[in-house]
Amino acid sequence: MFPFTLEKTASTEAAIAAGSSGARYIAGGTTLIDLMRDEVERPERLVDINRLPLGGIRFEGEDLVIGALARMAEVAADADVQRLQPLIAESLIEGASPQLRNMASMGGNLLQRVRCPYFRMLDAGCNKRTPGSGCAAIEGLNAGHAILGTSDHCVATHPSDVAVALVALDATLRVQGPQGERSFPVEELFRLPGDTPHLEHTLLPGELIVEIRVPGGPHARRARYLKVRDRASYEFALVSAAAALDIGDGVIRAARIAAGGVGTRPWRLRACEAALVGRKPDRQAFEEAAQLATKGVRPLHHNAFKVALLPRTIVRALEMAGEVA
Amino acid sequence: MAAEPARTEATAVDTIRLVVNGEPKELKLDPRQSILDVLRESLNLTGTKKGCNQGACGACTILVDGKRIVSCLTLASMHDGADVQTIEGLEKDGELHPLQAAFVRHEGLQCGFCTSGQIMSGIGCIAEGHAGSPEEIQFWMSGNICRCGAYPGIVAAVADAVGRS
Repeated sequence: MFPFTLEKTASTEAAIAAGSSGARYIAGGTTLIDLMRDEVERPERLVDINRLPLGGIRFEGEDLVIGALARMAEVAADADVQRLQPLIAESLIEGASPQLRNMASMGGNLLQRVRCPYFRMLDAGCNKRTPGSGCAAIEGLNAGHAILGTSDHCVATHPSDVAVALVALDATLRVQGPQGERSFPVEELFRLPGDTPHLEHTLLPGELIVEIRVPGGPHARRARYLKVRDRASYEFALVSAAAALDIGDGVIRAARIAAGGVGTRPWRLRACEAALVGRKPDRQAFEEAAQLATKGVRPLHHNAFKVALLPRTIVRALEMAGEVA
Repeated sequence: MAAEPARTEATAVDTIRLVVNGEPKELKLDPRQSILDVLRESLNLTGTKKGCNQGACGACTILVDGKRIVSCLTLASMHDGADVQTIEGLEKDGELHPLQAAFVRHEGLQCGFCTSGQIMSGIGCIAEGHAGSPEEIQFWMSGNICRCGAYPGIVAAVADAVGRS
């Protein structure tokens, strides 16, 4: 690991001043320290933000508001989150391990970096790690890689589970930076790789995620997360689906669907959602809607199975959501 | 591999305080040191194991302020004032901790390398209330890998210790 200085502060303004002048924020550190040890990340300055007053979970009306420094485990274990936003709790518990969930912050979860093995291999081409060095995954081992949103420069999936749930639920972020505060949808945090895969998010220099806001509503309780993977737990998704349904008088009034493990960012599926409105929540409607999920897929050598697995995962997630009492 | 990049010696030293198994410690640290490295190399507490050193295996699990974490993926300098519990602190007055005794009784190990992490994680699992059934224990202990495959004994030991640890 390269040497660095570690700054500590309890002041959000001081942290942002450090961040604006080149320091990297560190909270749980579960991604950053690992990548620093591999010398993929080489920050010269870190600013420890754990003492900033950005923790906690609260409800404002129907909205769930999660402090950026709240830990994954703390949010998942909250009884009100489990009751009113079960998709958030379920997607959190399906991610990482109990130890990592005790450490990782919610803001850091969204900014975690990809798990593509070539990103971590300093002697392999990776346009995300070293712009212009090529993408070893496109001709390499790519069973875990994306089929949607890829480019000729990068095919890595975004690894977060809770980000898939947040995108499905139209969550927003509040960020604070040297120019003040702004809010925007979580979905807009993530860039497509295009020809600049080293640019992963839309935060401006020094901007810090301070809060995540998840709107409630009739769909929020009838919502499930299904994660398909090589092990039953503590593994990244091959394909995952977050599904939320608002059902009234026997028909679907609104649906929210997003997928993980398939896209270069958490993948909202608005065409599938629109196809469900006004339909009875039955298998046929779910299958017809789910077929729309694979429009525009670009499978690689080893991941074409995801083209079949994605609609099946969506159908099952919708059935699970429909069965919520 | 790529050419070894040039490294310089540590430029900064942090002084931090930790309470380790009830004993206050004051330590001068390079900010690069993980809690795991501080335990093993600065405090000679080698019961906590370095398996993967990348947060994947759970062998380095300890309790920090009562919560189970992987000690390889966190910098000691970020934990000034923290209460740290390791496997060395579990035995009291010559008596094994109930979960240690349960691991012996149920043969929850073969080679033993993962065992201290399994036991520290098991204490966390029980304290969190996630040890209600073998299936629940399997899910909530999945952050700890046992390459010998002693899982049935591990699950039985955690189940046995519920209410006694």
